[in-house]
Order: sequence, then structure tokens, then C-alpha cells
Amino acid sequence: MIGFLFKGLIRDKSRSRLPIIVVAIGVMLSVFMHAYITGLMVDMIELTARFSSGHLKIMTRAYADNADQIPNDLAILDADGLMQRLKKDFPEIDWAARIRFGGLVDVPDSAGETRAQGPAMGLGLDLLSKDTHETDRLNLRKSLVRGRLPGSRGEALLSENFSRKLKVNPGDQVTLIGSTMNGGMAIYNFTVSGTVRFGTTALDRGTLIADIGDVQHALDMPAAAGEIDGYFTEGFYDDDEATAYLGRFNDRYSAGGDEFSPVMLRLSDQEGMKMYIFLAERMGGIVTLVFMIAMSLVLWNAGLLGGLRRYGEIGVRLAIGEEKGHIYRTMIYESVMIGMAGTVVGTIIGLSFAWLLQTYGLDIGAFTKGSSAAVMMPDVIRARITLADYYIGFIPGVISTVIGTALSGIGIYRRNTAQLFKELET
Amino acid sequence: MEHPPIIQIEHLTKSFPMGKASFTALTGISLNFGKGEFAGFIGPSGSGKTTLLNIIGSLDVPTSGEVLVLGNSIGGLTARQAARLRKENLGFIFQSYNLLAVHTVFENVEFPLLLLNYAASERRRMVMDALEWVGLTDKIKSKPPQLSGGECQRVAIARAMVKKPSLVLADEPTANLDAANSHNILQTMVKLNRELNTTFLFATHDDKVIGYLRRKVYLLDGKIDKDEVFPN
Repeated sequence: MIGFLFKGLIRDKSRSRLPIIVVAIGVMLSVFMHAYITGLMVDMIELTARFSSGHLKIMTRAYADNADQIPNDLAILDADGLMQRLKKDFPEIDWAARIRFGGLVDVPDSAGETRAQGPAMGLGLDLLSKDTHETDRLNLRKSLVRGRLPGSRGEALLSENFSRKLKVNPGDQVTLIGSTMNGGMAIYNFTVSGTVRFGTTALDRGTLIADIGDVQHALDMPAAAGEIDGYFTEGFYDDDEATAYLGRFNDRYSAGGDEFSPVMLRLSDQEGMKMYIFLAERMGGIVTLVFMIAMSLVLWNAGLLGGLRRYGEIGVRLAIGEEKGHIYRTMIYESVMIGMAGTVVGTIIGLSFAWLLQTYGLDIGAFTKGSSAAVMMPDVIRARITLADYYIGFIPGVISTVIGTALSGIGIYRRNTAQLFKELET
Repeated sequence: MEHPPIIQIEHLTKSFPMGKASFTALTGISLNFGKGEFAGFIGPSGSGKTTLLNIIGSLDVPTSGEVLVLGNSIGGLTARQAARLRKENLGFIFQSYNLLAVHTVFENVEFPLLLLNYAASERRRMVMDALEWVGLTDKIKSKPPQLSGGECQRVAIARAMVKKPSLVLADEPTANLDAANSHNILQTMVKLNRELNTTFLFATHDDKVIGYLRRKVYLLDGKIDKDEVFPN
């Protein structure tokens, strides 16, 4: 009987080819959208984590309360000592001390007079230690446009757009004018070793990156850091894991009444990130559900049309003595076969498109120009193919087809035999 | 009645709802048919012959009265029991053949045997026998759209006869055929009726069919007008 059904299905193109195309299109969109949204969300979250929030972030309580103002006067004073303890107590986390600061970058001419000036967002990172991961974390090597990475104290990177605006080239000297953590005026000279472009408007607008040792020196912050960021070694944020670390750290290190005691925040505790984490974790389910509902409606209608077209066949089968339940079940078997075939085709096509987007990306720089959101939006969107993309299409592909057929089949099932037989003769 | 009755109809009435009222298609029908009869319901459109055939075929149920087919009370059968009766004991031949267009002649004839779970070798033997009865052994791989109307109806006869049913119900089987093909088909059915002792019941108003019937039940406005039996 299965062989008989299969032959009918293969030979009757309107029963096989059209539904398979419908399923394949739906599955292709589901798989592609899942990979695309996963890529977008994860990129946004990880980009923000790498440059700004960390997966975990330790600050003083007072600094955390005013973090948007970057109050370096409230920085962690014995950051080096805390780093040592963190590496001992939480060795599975990669810790990185950082100082964020703002200031004016002044470019002198040959006579030492100001030739150009521009406001800069500064970032002090560990660029010179042997075991630092900051260079890789911020993808600095690949982001280099001109010059090289800082190799010694006194060197800094400028964002390419900023350097073009200031007409500064690698090897030129610039002066940072800012304020020390004690409120005094800070003036510090850097030699531009290279320029970088991150593909993110918020970072490319006016960034200066220097070794944290230089920044501590420039801002009069010996052994201090505005924040210590922690990164999971697997490379991706996990909110449950982060919550566990947060509990352990705050219980041990944080004193509620002391505004200068360190406090740990998760990535999801930071501005605007909670919703993104929520969406990233549930996006697969949301996309699948939306496509499942949409496809069920489409396939329900396709099933109804197909069922109407097959009234004759169903009438004959009833007259020959096939039970309604058996006919209904065979329609469901057919829908499983169609669903499986359409899903395989749709998954292959969807993965192909996702692979193209993952490999080559889509430049949306024109739309993110001027963006200053707390969550960093990449200028180049890339899909991310995950294990789920290989099987997620089967949920809308097979289930929707079966639901569509089951719903449309009920209509036929409810008609009495004589009615079907009558329709058979017309 | 020379044959033992396989169909017993007593005071059959069939009504269909039409809005708030109802339309009575059959009134007070009482008939018996024995094994091996070659009989037909004759009458104009609307006389109730197809409704009567549908009830005998367990495709519909009486509103009142009793219809026994091979000992089964049609009004009391569940859908599953009715399907089983059709599957095991009844064959249908339709005006418009109703073959499965994407399946070959062999597969169309084989289908009732699949429902009866015959083994593949047994199915093949029975299908070939049925196609030999109707003279279509050379067309087993053809599909219905490749056949003439007469050939299609012969395939439909083979499909109805392949399981050697006790009763074959034919609703206007020659309506779409020319005279030559109609006679050919009818001669085939007469031959099968004689050789296999299968009961044939027709619903028709075609004179060609009427000429072959050995019992003619005339219906008019849902009632029996005449019931004539002719010698072999």
C-alpha cells in the first residue's frame, strides 16, 4: 500500500511538486532567517561584550551607579591586586582590566602649534603583556588599515576615520588632553602606530586605543582601572553561567555599605542588553513558530484545494471499500513524505543562502551611520550557521504539512459517503 | 424466484432534507434479488434509481424500512462495517470510469486487492485473470489517459470484478460510450455474470443496457412502477 501511495505521489505532480515547493520555500526562509537572526543577535551581543560590557564586568559600586559618565575618580584602585585574586579564584574566566576615558586629541604642526583637534573616546587595554588576549578579542590585527599595532609604551591606535579627519598618519605624534582621576589636567603624547577600522560606526567615529599602562600614567591612575571585564573562554555569553559567577563574586568581594567595594554585573544587567539576550535565546523558537503558523495556513489551503481536486479519487476509494480513517491516515503519510522531502530541499537551499551571508556578509553601513546606541550594531551583517539550522526546518516543514493536511482532511472526512459518491459522478 | 435472495428490501423509504422541508426520493420499495441475477433499475432522471443503488451499495442509509445485503442490514452498519462490506463483497462500475489517472491499468485493477491484503504473487495472478476477462492483458502498463473510453470502462469492470464480488453495482455504465463499445462492455458483463455467477444490478435509462437485462425494475417518482422478469 505504501508503494502504491508513493507511486501516486511521485507521478501526480500537483500532489507532490507544488506542496514540496511550498514546504521548501517555507523551510528555506525559516532556516535562513534563523541563521541570519542568530548571526545578527550574537554579533551584536558579542561585539558589545568585546568592546564594552564584557560577559561579566567588575566596577566599584559608585562607578557602576554612574557608569554612563565614565567616572574614573571612582575607579578600582588596587586593580592589579584584584586581578591577581580573580585569576586565582576564577581561573576559567579570562579577565581584562580596562580604562575608558574621554579627551581631546590635538595634532601639532612642525612648529608645535595645533594643526587639528578632535574629541576622542579612549580605551586603555592590556596590549603589551605576553599573555594578553585583548588584541585578539578586539580583532585588532584584522582591523588594521595602516601601520602596525603598538609594540611599546607611548604608542596608540586611532580609528581610520578619525585619523583621516585629523590628517594623521602612522608615525605622527598626537597629544591627548584630558583629566586625571583626581580632577587635574592630563596631557600625554602618543605616537600613532597604526589606524583601525572595526566596521562599527560607534567605534570608528573617534577612538583612541592605547596600552593600559600608558593610560594609567596619563590619567594618574597607578594600578587602577575603571573596570575589569571577564570573558567566558567558550567565546559566547551564557546568562545562567554569568548569574552563578555573579553570586559567587558578590558574596565574597562586595560589601553593600561600601561604595568603593567592587561589584560584579552580568552582560544582561547592562544597559539595553537584557532584551537582546532574551531575543537571542528565544529567536529560534519565535522564528520557527511564526513560520510554522504561516506555513500551516498556506498548507491548509493547499491541502483543501488538493483535497477538492481529489474528491473523485477519494470517492472511488470509499466505494471500493477503503475506510475513511484509512484514507485519512494515508493522506497524513503522504504529507509526512512531502514534508520530509520539502524540508530536505528547503534546508539545503536555506543553508546555502545562510552560508553565503555568513561568508561574505551584507554591508549595512549606510543604515547604521551615526548610530550611538548602547548596543553596538555591526556594519556588516553576517549569518551564523549553528547546529540548530540543520534540523530546525523539520519543525515547520513536517509539522505544518501534517497540520495542514490534517485540517483539510477533516473537511473530507466529515462529508458522508453518499455525498462524496455523488460528487464523484459530477 | 429461482435464486436465493442476496438483497432483501422491505418498505424502503429515503428522504433528503431540503431546507426546512424534505424531499422523498424513494417510497415503499420492497424487492428481492437472488444470486446471479442480471437486473436493472430503469427510469428517468429523478426516479430514484441511483439513490436505490447507493443504499444497496452501503454508500447511503434508508430513512425507514429494511435493506439486507448479503445478510447485512444497511441501516445498522457502522461506517467501518459498511466499508468492509463494500471491500469484500461489492464491486462498483461508474458512468465516468473513475480510474486513478496516475496509476497504470495493472495498478488500478490491483487496488481493491491491496485493501484485502493479498500477497503480491496472488495479486498479480488475479489482476491478470481479470484483465484477460476484459481483453486488456496487452495494456497493463498503460495509464487511463492513454486508453479509449471503451478500454477505460473495461478496466473499471476488471477492477470491480478482480476480487470476484458477490454483487456488482453499475450506475449508467454505458453513458459515455458509443454503441459498439456499449455492446462490447455489456457482452463482457453478461459473460462474467454467467461464468462467475455474480449478481449485476444496473441503474440506467439506456435502451442498449435495458436490452441485455433479464430483470427490469421500472421506477417512477421513487416508487416501483413495474418489475419484469425475462427468461434466460
